Amino acid sequence: MRDKALIVLALIVVLVAAAVGYAVGRKSSPEPHVAAVQSAAPPAKASTVEPVAAGDQIDAIRRGAPVNQEIAAPLMAHVENADIKRIRAYPMQPPTIPHSIDNYQIDKNSNRCLLCHARANADKFQAPPVSVTHYMDRNDQFLATISPRRYFCNQCHVVQTDAKPLVANNFKDIDTVLSEQPEQKAN
Amino acid sequence: MWPRLKEWLIALWRTIRRPSVHYSLGFLTLGGFIAGVLFWGAFNTGLELTNTEAFCTGCHEMHDNVFQELKSTIHYTNRSGVRATCPDCHVPHQWTDKIARKMQASKEVYGKIFGTVNTREKFLDHRLELAEHEWARLKANDSLECRNCHNYTSMDLTRQSTRAAEIHKRWLGSGEKTCIDCHKGIAHHLPDMTGVPQG
Repeated sequence: MRDKALIVLALIVVLVAAAVGYAVGRKSSPEPHVAAVQSAAPPAKASTVEPVAAGDQIDAIRRGAPVNQEIAAPLMAHVENADIKRIRAYPMQPPTIPHSIDNYQIDKNSNRCLLCHARANADKFQAPPVSVTHYMDRNDQFLATISPRRYFCNQCHVVQTDAKPLVANNFKDIDTVLSEQPEQKAN
Repeated sequence: MWPRLKEWLIALWRTIRRPSVHYSLGFLTLGGFIAGVLFWGAFNTGLELTNTEAFCTGCHEMHDNVFQELKSTIHYTNRSGVRATCPDCHVPHQWTDKIARKMQASKEVYGKIFGTVNTREKFLDHRLELAEHEWARLKANDSLECRNCHNYTSMDLTRQSTRAAEIHKRWLGSGEKTCIDCHKGIAHHLPDMTGVPQG
């Protein structure tokens, strides 16, 4: 009888161990699978960035350089400072800043952007004033000054640089999509 | 005490008034000239010594607060390496104005001795007041220290961004505004600006 109990216990232990082993194996198995896919089809990625040495690559920021080598840093990108307003990619996009904002102080003490873009100063500097929505609190009540939740301009509004995009972008705006639809129907 | 002081002063006056007995006129005039040169040289050397960045940042009040803020701005680091030091902007360059400012600075010596801004917190508490002194000074002299280097007639507006050129032409060119009206905080962080008119 005592032997029988021991055998049952041993069987349970073996079963549990097998279940754990199977679970762990299943978790770790997709990773090598993905790596295999990546190495099998490098052209898809290589077209966007510089060629990648499959084994040595640890980090996309290294741009494919082996880990034992230092690579020259890419040139610093320049901020576009032409003062020409850009198109918005989609209707609700925060407009991008068409000028440089180096060393602009935006903190609880002062907001350099509002020097020109505040409603009260916009005419002096011929700057586009901040949208009325930025003077509304979350209950749509209008405030005398800029709403605190809109205060930090460069949370949404950013400058654009002449940097080469690291990743290709296939975004199409709604007008393009609409104009393409009839062709697709024809196909 | 007063009668004795009066006696002593009268004796001194008589000595000064009496012609020299032992020294020749030539020795006295030449000696006076040389002594004058030495005095003036020493005075101006001392004056210039207190007019350097090393002297200004010798106090931790200046070194740990305003000097650190200056370092990331274009007046400290830029592409051509030309830079402004503390006295370039904060001390007038003309001699009489400079002496006047140096005499005003005795208040700053008082502040240093009694530790008016000797901690970061005290400095932040006084920052608006200190900044307002500088704004008032630059407003009163039409931003003279800016204009020592930045001359409107020498600005090539075509080399500025269109936005900057337009604004400079409209406000600076017409003389309606002066540099400090818009460029507060160009070299140091701004204090709480609520209620301070800008632009």
